[in-house]
Amino acid sequence: MILWWLGNLVLLAVILPVVVYLLRGVLDAAQSIVPSTQEIARVAAEGSKDLDSAALLVTTQDQVTKTVAAVANYGGSLDVILDDAQ
Amino acid sequence: MAPVLAIAAVGAVTILAVLLIVVALVFYLVSVILQLRKITTALDEAIDGVGEIVQKSAPVNGIVTTINEQLDAGVELLEGLLVKKAGMTDAVGLVEGMYAGSAAEGFRSFPESRTVEAPRIGEVYTRGTLTLARLGREAPIAVGNPAGPALRDVERGSLAARELYPEIRQTKPESLPRSPVIGTDSPVQYEQRDDIGAPRKRLPGGAASNRS
Repeated sequence: MILWWLGNLVLLAVILPVVVYLLRGVLDAAQSIVPSTQEIARVAAEGSKDLDSAALLVTTQDQVTKTVAAVANYGGSLDVILDDAQ
Repeated sequence: MAPVLAIAAVGAVTILAVLLIVVALVFYLVSVILQLRKITTALDEAIDGVGEIVQKSAPVNGIVTTINEQLDAGVELLEGLLVKKAGMTDAVGLVEGMYAGSAAEGFRSFPESRTVEAPRIGEVYTRGTLTLARLGREAPIAVGNPAGPALRDVERGSLAARELYPEIRQTKPESLPRSPVIGTDSPVQYEQRDDIGAPRKRLPGGAASNRS
């Protein structure tokens, strides 16, 4: 009977606080992760919006190609009408 | 009867202790589950955003590489043309005259240009002026400012060149006034003025004012 009471005492005085302490630590860790993950999700969404203009690079590429072609034509004309240095 | 009550009391305390532990387990584990659900939701959103980033940035590498190749080709073309037409020394001097300090960097396609001592070429490049004059145009390099906008435009080259001429030509008049015909048989004869060739009239009191 005494051992049983001792067991109850250990259960209430040791086991229960330890269990509560450990579970509280797990809960605190999980709660601290939530804001970080929500911030990551927000930043990822904003980063995706920032890349919306990346599609315009195709237009830029086309414009650069046309510009270089015009420069090549202009340079070719100059090559014809101007004498070489030597 | 007393041992039975004692056993019942001990058993009740045991059940209470176990019950407390179970309640604590349930409370905290449910709380952890709720937090993990929030984490999962946020991570799903993050994965969606990252997926969009990967999808949108996928063609960037190829496009930028192509743009760089095109620009490199343009730079090589212009540098080659400049060196071919002006010669290495004059080319370096011209670029140095336009952009001070650029001669030290030299031309990308001509590494030997870094060792060329750049001659001092001002706003007027005599050889270029003569070339343009020989081609029948006024030399815009003597009129324009290197720091200003380009005088020649690829699409509106003639308009840009026309701005170099006096204003009356830019307005494109139907017919410009003809040059006056001079001589004894000119259609308009002017009377000879008597005051031409005579001593200049002096204002009254001029000598007095000079004396004072």
